[in-house]
Amino acid sequence: MSETSVVTNESATESTTNNEDAIVSYKNITKSFGDVEVLKGIDLDIKPAEKVALIGPSGSGKTTIIRMLMTLEQPTSGEIIVDGKNLWHMEKNGELVPATEKHLREVRGDIGMVFQHFNLFPHMTILENCMTAPIHVQKEDKASAKKRSIEMLEKVGLGDKLDNYPSQLSGGQKQRVAMARALVMRPKVMLFDEVTSALDPELVGEVLEVIRDIAKEGEMAMVLVTHEMEFALDIADRVIFLDNGVIAEQGPPSKVLENPDNERLQQFLHRFRG
Amino acid sequence: MTPKGQAPSTGGLTLSFNESNKYKGVITISAIADIFPALIQGVEVTLKVLFASIILGYSMAFIAGFCRLSNNIILRSFTGFYVEVFRGTSLIVQLFWLFYALPMLFNFDIGSNFWAGVLAISLNYGAYMSEIVRGSILSVAKGQHEASTALNMTRFQRMRLVILPQAVRMMLPEFGNYLILMLKSTSLVSLIGMHDILYQGDLLRDANLSQAPTVYLLVLVFYFLMALPLIWLTKKMEAFSKKGVATQ
Amino acid sequence: MSNWQWDTFFEAFPLVVEGLGITISLTFACYLCALIVGFIWTFIGRMKMKPLRWVLSWVMEFIRSTPPLVQLFFLYFAWPMVPYVGVTLDPFTCAVLGLGVHYSTYIGEVYRSGIDNVEKGQWEASKALNFSTPKKWTKIILPQAIPPTIPMLGNYLIIMFKEVPLASTIGVVGILQLANNYGAQNFRYLEPLTIVAILFLVLSYPSALLIKKLENKMNRRFDKKEALHSMKESKGAVS
Repeated sequence: MSETSVVTNESATESTTNNEDAIVSYKNITKSFGDVEVLKGIDLDIKPAEKVALIGPSGSGKTTIIRMLMTLEQPTSGEIIVDGKNLWHMEKNGELVPATEKHLREVRGDIGMVFQHFNLFPHMTILENCMTAPIHVQKEDKASAKKRSIEMLEKVGLGDKLDNYPSQLSGGQKQRVAMARALVMRPKVMLFDEVTSALDPELVGEVLEVIRDIAKEGEMAMVLVTHEMEFALDIADRVIFLDNGVIAEQGPPSKVLENPDNERLQQFLHRFRG
Repeated sequence: MTPKGQAPSTGGLTLSFNESNKYKGVITISAIADIFPALIQGVEVTLKVLFASIILGYSMAFIAGFCRLSNNIILRSFTGFYVEVFRGTSLIVQLFWLFYALPMLFNFDIGSNFWAGVLAISLNYGAYMSEIVRGSILSVAKGQHEASTALNMTRFQRMRLVILPQAVRMMLPEFGNYLILMLKSTSLVSLIGMHDILYQGDLLRDANLSQAPTVYLLVLVFYFLMALPLIWLTKKMEAFSKKGVATQ
Repeated sequence: MSNWQWDTFFEAFPLVVEGLGITISLTFACYLCALIVGFIWTFIGRMKMKPLRWVLSWVMEFIRSTPPLVQLFFLYFAWPMVPYVGVTLDPFTCAVLGLGVHYSTYIGEVYRSGIDNVEKGQWEASKALNFSTPKKWTKIILPQAIPPTIPMLGNYLIIMFKEVPLASTIGVVGILQLANNYGAQNFRYLEPLTIVAILFLVLSYPSALLIKKLENKMNRRFDKKEALHSMKESKGAVS
């Protein structure tokens, strides 16, 4: 809804290829773990540059939604379309067949992710953490990958830690490195999986600050699974409340978070604020 | 097939390590001067067997370790069979089997006692170490796989850049211990007629039984001197592996 | 497989199996020796004298990093020639001492790790409750230190079983020696050696599985604290 105000000139050229199309669409996605159906038919479009916050009680399937987009989890049924391409299926001799690793790689190149537990590579320095993927995955030359990685690390405020190892950093610093590492890949969609949940309370602020800066630049779509309601209110264009495997309510944050219709959402918010 | 001698009765001894007895000490030094060069001749053989076994043993460890993680069930069960057989029987039996029995079974000679020895040692320890390789790769945290997937690495890149460097760090301390185990096991090749340190020692003993204490003590010292750098290396490997691993 | 002779196999089988009694009893004798000597190492290692501990660690390192085969030869061929203390030992005793002492250095490490793994708080608590030293060990420390080491000790029993055929080199007539004798007499090594391999596999593989099972059971029963500990650790380690 608010993409017109956020889309910058640069991303406008990108979005023209899709016209008004979403960069990511979930079409009737279900997911079961064994007998437990975690997601029961999710339909969701994410527009280029849109900032979406996913909220909901634990076990509601919020994390599963973004993990399927990152190909860490396979949907039980349904389709996910990324930038016009089917993620989990590909066409072969006119038939739709399950995607190969190669196909997944082609499509997921547009997606980046930041994890709850950072998942930095402990055997690499901070700088190596950032520049490894551009060099090996995107075949960027080493000098330019290094330059961009340093710039990105400076941007998240860690320009003085380039040669440190992850074990030498605080949780907040680790998470900022993880964001820089994802950003140097220039994804079109960035996923944040409860990125502040594993942090000590006093370190949450610095991480949210960086996310806010990224959001302001605007060109990238962002999906945040979060428990930080105030933060969601602040930066999201749309908030989605997930309950029992379905989207129970969605809309602009001011509506969803401050004047919700859904009774379960009211209880949920009450618990958070009370 | 094994060098044997009658255990002689005590008495008529000329050798002693008793420092307080200067005269005997002199004799000991001259005895050492005789024995030392003879044992030195065996060092080369021992080291050759050791290095060949280390290289082949580590290779087997990685090959078998990866095969046991493969999706191919035939490959997996075949490797599993190899590992269980070699871990379930003893090295000396495997050595004799390779040297005496295998040529009979297939009418072909393994070529030399060198290769029989190296094969036995490396297949045996390769089987044990393959479990370390497999276990280490499996214990790299799941988040590491996920992060490298999120960075769109290929399966091969994930293994090479992220998983293996961490898994190898976990393997190192154990691998170091196996260096010393392999060194010790090289002494078995004397039983199939290789002229290693122990074999040279046995020859000296056969020539002069009363020299036996000096001879075997020196043989032990030789092995210990060869073990020292390996012990040092193991400590280094342990220290190195302490940093830079994410486990579950 | 053209050279495989079932006749030989069946002829050699009962002859080789005869040695199983010696092989197994030697295994247990060596193991017992290792358990006892290992205890002595651990005991000396806990004494407050630093030079003694230093000497001990080098002695243990020496025994551990030199081949047990050479140690057997030393005991069998050289020990009788050593002045004043040397006595002639029969092969069985030699093997018990040689292999027992060699593996005692490993067993000692197992004991040590078991004791070290008892939480510091337990030592402090027994001090606070004013336990006497023997009571502290028998009532508090050992009951906690021993159970986690049982699977490891079990593994060393299996390892010992597989090391025992080394004793054939000094003439202990276990299954390997009988197989070699048969081979030397009949110029057939294939079948008797295969029988030996099968016997080892048949006895050690199920034992290994049993110990694995025991280990899993132990982990569940005793490692609640350990699990908590490793959770804490992994939170720090996963970056």
